[in-house]
Amino acid sequence: MTKLRVSTYTLLQTVTSVGLSALAWVVTGVRPIWNGSQPSDRQRIYFANHASHGDFILLSACLSEKERARTHAVAAADYWSKTRLRRFIAEDMLSSVLIHRQWTDETQHPISIMLSVLDQGHSLILFPEGTRNMTDEPLLPFRSGLYNLSMARPDVELIPCWIENMSRVLPKGQFVPVPLLCRVVFGAPIAIQPGEERRAFLDRARETLLALNPRPQRDD
Amino acid sequence: MLPMMHETLILIVGLLAVLISASVVAGVLSWRAPKPLSPTLVNLTQRINAWWVMVVAITVAFFFGRPGMTILFALISFAALREFVTLTHSRRSDHWVLLGMFGIVIPFQYWLVWTAWYGLFTIFIPVYCFLLMPAITALHGDTERFLERVSAQQWAVMISVYCVSHVPALLTLEVPGFEGRNLLLIAFLIITVQGSDVLQYIFGKLFGRHLLAPTVSPSKTWEGLVGGLAASSLLGALLSFLTPFSPLQAAGVAFIACLMGFLGGLVASAIKRDQGVKDWGHLIEGHGGMMDRADSLVFAAPVFFHTVRYFWTV
Repeated sequence: MTKLRVSTYTLLQTVTSVGLSALAWVVTGVRPIWNGSQPSDRQRIYFANHASHGDFILLSACLSEKERARTHAVAAADYWSKTRLRRFIAEDMLSSVLIHRQWTDETQHPISIMLSVLDQGHSLILFPEGTRNMTDEPLLPFRSGLYNLSMARPDVELIPCWIENMSRVLPKGQFVPVPLLCRVVFGAPIAIQPGEERRAFLDRARETLLALNPRPQRDD
Repeated sequence: MLPMMHETLILIVGLLAVLISASVVAGVLSWRAPKPLSPTLVNLTQRINAWWVMVVAITVAFFFGRPGMTILFALISFAALREFVTLTHSRRSDHWVLLGMFGIVIPFQYWLVWTAWYGLFTIFIPVYCFLLMPAITALHGDTERFLERVSAQQWAVMISVYCVSHVPALLTLEVPGFEGRNLLLIAFLIITVQGSDVLQYIFGKLFGRHLLAPTVSPSKTWEGLVGGLAASSLLGALLSFLTPFSPLQAAGVAFIACLMGFLGGLVASAIKRDQGVKDWGHLIEGHGGMMDRADSLVFAAPVFFHTVRYFWTV
């Protein structure tokens, strides 16, 4: 019975992942631009700008099937656990890692949850802004997770990924996407330098990500 | 189908001959060239391969007749509109108008083509969309860069939907003595206009001295334009067996279509330059986007359509 359950979930996740990638291509013609890094088998944390629920679908559509299968998006539990449907979508269909932004219980500590996923050999997709950016700023200040994860697991590569246009395809509060061309720019990996302060590193990571935007002047 | 078998066969053999020789020439050049290959040669090979795909796609649609052509050009409109909207300024409040352009304007305009409802086909976008789209935008209450946004939206549907839809609309024209053969008119239009692009490029490379519009395009020369137009008019005359035109008329119609095609390329270059990009998109390897390939057809199709309609239909 449990075996059947597990294989049903695996099938569901494969179908969802292939279906969403195909949908992402039909709607946005998404194309990866490897600008400083290459697809590889190394364990990675992909960190990206965040303005839309479609962001991680677009990013994972740019990965190989194998890499996609072991890469999990980190999502906010306080949003995605609110209803049973959301929980089903986030956990069962998309196999996201849910973390609590306002945690109280030490077992719910976001870093320990993410580290346990990394320790199973998985890669992560992380949105260090911590929320969908609805301001006119191209990128909000980063929260500390990226720094803490990298301090704890320095061997995991940090890859900056600029997701273009997705905020126009599926703005916050909308559920029907407008077909617009999107690209995802994968930049060179960055690492914490010896003695580098938390804030300094987070700001540098943010600048690195911003610098990948191929059309900065047109971001509205 | 049957009345066109003979012409279709000549067309396919002719196109195959041109493509095969192009591929052979590119193959020999790449084989003899020093490695690694220069970007020009790589691009040439990519372009020829893309031409193969385009010719096969159009041929398949051709064999499916009117439904095939209508669906193919609806898809072309979709790709072109997506590129146009991506490139131009829009705001969050435009979401529903943009959705309507893809979800309502494209299907409805091609439904009008399909049902041959000429009266509404010609005014749906220039009258109704023109007035209603800005009204919807105004109702949303966001006036920031309003005129720029509604102008870009109107241009987007005019260029990518209205103009493109005139290609399959050729199938709805009733030319006496030419019944059931209208698909060949589409073949004539596409071959002369796309051929003219290639011929202008070749004449420009061989004889180009005087830039025609240096601030818009560094590659368009007077020599390329004159040579390309003359050669494509001649090509039109040679293809008159596809059409209801005499050879002289065919040369004249091809000349008008290719001149419009040239102007389309010029306007498309100006838009790209204004928006600070080199290509419209990344759909076709080596060619950029759909609009990079279709810009000349976009301008040529409506004028060709109305030329045929005015002079050859009753």
